[in-house]
Amino acid sequence: MSKASKTVLDPLFNDNPIALQVLGVCSALAVTTKIETALVMSVAVTLVLIASNASISALRNLIPPSIRIIVQLVIIASLVIIVDQVLKAFVYEVSKQMSVFVGLIITNCIVMGRAEGFAMQNGVKLSMLDGLGNGLGYSVILLVVGAFRELFGSGSLYGLQILKPVTEGGFYQTNGLMVLAPAAFFLIGIFIWVLRTFKTDQVEAE
Amino acid sequence: MEHYLSILAKTIFVENMALAFFLGMCSFLAVSRKIETAIGLGGAVIFVLAVTCPINNLIYNLLLREGALTWISADLADVDLEFLTFLTFIGSIAAVVQIVEMGLDKFSPTLYNALGVFLPLIAVNCAILGACLFMVERDYNLAESTVFGIGNGIGWALAVVAMAALREKMRYSNVPEGLRGLGIAFILTGLMAIGFMAFSGIQL
Repeated sequence: MSKASKTVLDPLFNDNPIALQVLGVCSALAVTTKIETALVMSVAVTLVLIASNASISALRNLIPPSIRIIVQLVIIASLVIIVDQVLKAFVYEVSKQMSVFVGLIITNCIVMGRAEGFAMQNGVKLSMLDGLGNGLGYSVILLVVGAFRELFGSGSLYGLQILKPVTEGGFYQTNGLMVLAPAAFFLIGIFIWVLRTFKTDQVEAE
Repeated sequence: MEHYLSILAKTIFVENMALAFFLGMCSFLAVSRKIETAIGLGGAVIFVLAVTCPINNLIYNLLLREGALTWISADLADVDLEFLTFLTFIGSIAAVVQIVEMGLDKFSPTLYNALGVFLPLIAVNCAILGACLFMVERDYNLAESTVFGIGNGIGWALAVVAMAALREKMRYSNVPEGLRGLGIAFILTGLMAIGFMAFSGIQL
């Protein structure tokens, strides 16, 4: 595999930002009650990651090491402000539901982690690919967890009704736990379990 | 007084930052391996939240909010700088963390050594920025936001110390291979969140 395609594909399952690097967990849990919010969040984070990796890597030789964290934060915060304004302008309802979690992309450790760990050492093109790859790796988990929670919690997928709930005269007894906070933890825990059953090299030594 | 106590109790138990809003999860999972480090970071988070929440409240109400600049001159009544919220908040948090770090280094070296490595991490802990943004969303005044900050800090510290205690005990159990480490940590946190949900019936 060439280095470019490796940079994009590795974060999907081999080096997943959430399941292996433990980065960006907060928002992954909070916005996954529905696929719609999970999708908007994934797109937003992926775009911010690509743009921040590109700009930080372009500036990497100009940023003094002692204040690099502040510089990175300012770049990321500016990008997130743009994303926030765009979301408010075009998908206002969704941005209301996501409340503070759009702003929290700034402190999403994936963005900081990749800026610090990859973009500061690599060229612009490779850094953008790394941003894309990690964004996709993050999106995979968000969408899987979102799909499970929406399907079992409210019987629909992306707003389309699949299992008709009892409350509307159907047969499906909705699982109230799925829309609550703890379900997200369990689902990610199980996702990691499944992933590590196939990729045994990721198992942690105790 | 009662109002402030109820905000305090609500932020510590009912709306716990870590377990109900999933904030500060990255460092929550990273430092909960050992109790000492968990206590260290927990203390630092309480401290920084108690300082940054009121400061950001002042910044928001005196500078950023629509019409807030009227105290400078009446011409600025329709200036709305709200879109700068993220940038100023993250800047002020980073600055406060830096000042706290330098101040501790000078005046209390023992505390500095105890918290030392954790302080820089806090600037990017989403619990801090999250609490500040929630404060804006709920329209708290200065006193309320101070209590809100302290309560959130205590709640987060409580959750992380409890989690570290659980994980230390987990060493004696036989966890399936794929679940070891991170996987079981997620499931434990989920169970703890269920435990904390018992508080949600409390009316304050």
